[in-house]
Amino acid sequence: MSTPANVKADTRRWLIQRASAMVLTVAVIVHLGVIIMATQNGLSASEIVGRIQGNVGWMVFYIIFVVAAALHAPIGLRTVFREATDLQGRLPGFISGCVGVILLIMGLQAILRLYGV
Amino acid sequence: MVDTLEVSVWRGGENGEFKTYTVPARESQTVLDIVTYIQRRLDPSLSYRFACRVGVCGSCAMTVNGKARWTCRTHARLVVEDGKLEIGPLRNFPVVKDLATDMREFFDKWAKAQGNFKPTTTRHEEFATVKPSDKKRKQATAAIECIGCGVCYSSCDVVAWNKDYLGPAALNRAWTLINDVRDNGNDERLKAVAGDAGCHACHSTQMCQERCPKHLSPTASIAGLKRATASALLKGKL
Repeated sequence: MSTPANVKADTRRWLIQRASAMVLTVAVIVHLGVIIMATQNGLSASEIVGRIQGNVGWMVFYIIFVVAAALHAPIGLRTVFREATDLQGRLPGFISGCVGVILLIMGLQAILRLYGV
Repeated sequence: MVDTLEVSVWRGGENGEFKTYTVPARESQTVLDIVTYIQRRLDPSLSYRFACRVGVCGSCAMTVNGKARWTCRTHARLVVEDGKLEIGPLRNFPVVKDLATDMREFFDKWAKAQGNFKPTTTRHEEFATVKPSDKKRKQATAAIECIGCGVCYSSCDVVAWNKDYLGPAALNRAWTLINDVRDNGNDERLKAVAGDAGCHACHSTQMCQERCPKHLSPTASIAGLKRATASALLKGKL
């Protein structure tokens, strides 16, 4: 019995979602933690932005964050479509993939503007 | 304790309705005793399924006050609310009539999950030696006591949402065989249980292990399948 193509793709999607979830767990904690700590110490949003602008470390961190979110969200969204709506076949994957691309473009664009690369 | 119980029982097929019966309340009676009383004394046209009456055969599961249970080992006094009981057919199964459901798809999915043993040896060879302390043996032992009652399948939301989903019982069965060193069918079995109709559809809501009358954890078995299939994929064996 050869493996149906969708079984491999489904398993790959599951792996990507779990791996990206691990990245997001750390990324969200760092992101929110830094914001909360900085604002508790009296820094405003614009002062925080001023401090991290030009910092390559933070830029790399946010690129990883955006890529992980753009991979993670559409896979979950595809499942929601399949289980909670009448959309079947390739449509849930297509719509979710589009959402992923939009997330990626918006996220990278924000990073680009913030760091002015 | 009140002298009688007001028992609503599902009558008819998918589009049936609940009908109420008054049944004597006894100190020691199971939900199956109540259903049997109704069928023998009040309405012989009531259809339901049972066989062993002692929690072995897995035939008598029904929905009791909204929860799937094995009725032969469910004491009425533990589930009666204000002298009332509602007994319906298992959710997620087509209703044949009254409390009897069609379990064909449920068991067909066991076959789809390659739930049959595939031997590596014949009767002419020596017995395989499997130590009780062996890790795989322990994992199989933890999941092996399934009686096929369908309570987990009935309680699972993913089964309700995804008609192709193999379900907790079939996947649990596959996990016991994957841990059976005498079995030779794992390459095919891993392909059968992976993907959106298999273990990767499970959301780990854990209703299967919450309701399993044998206190098994299909959720843990499915998690094991997720690890095994992911590992097979990374090794290029899926």
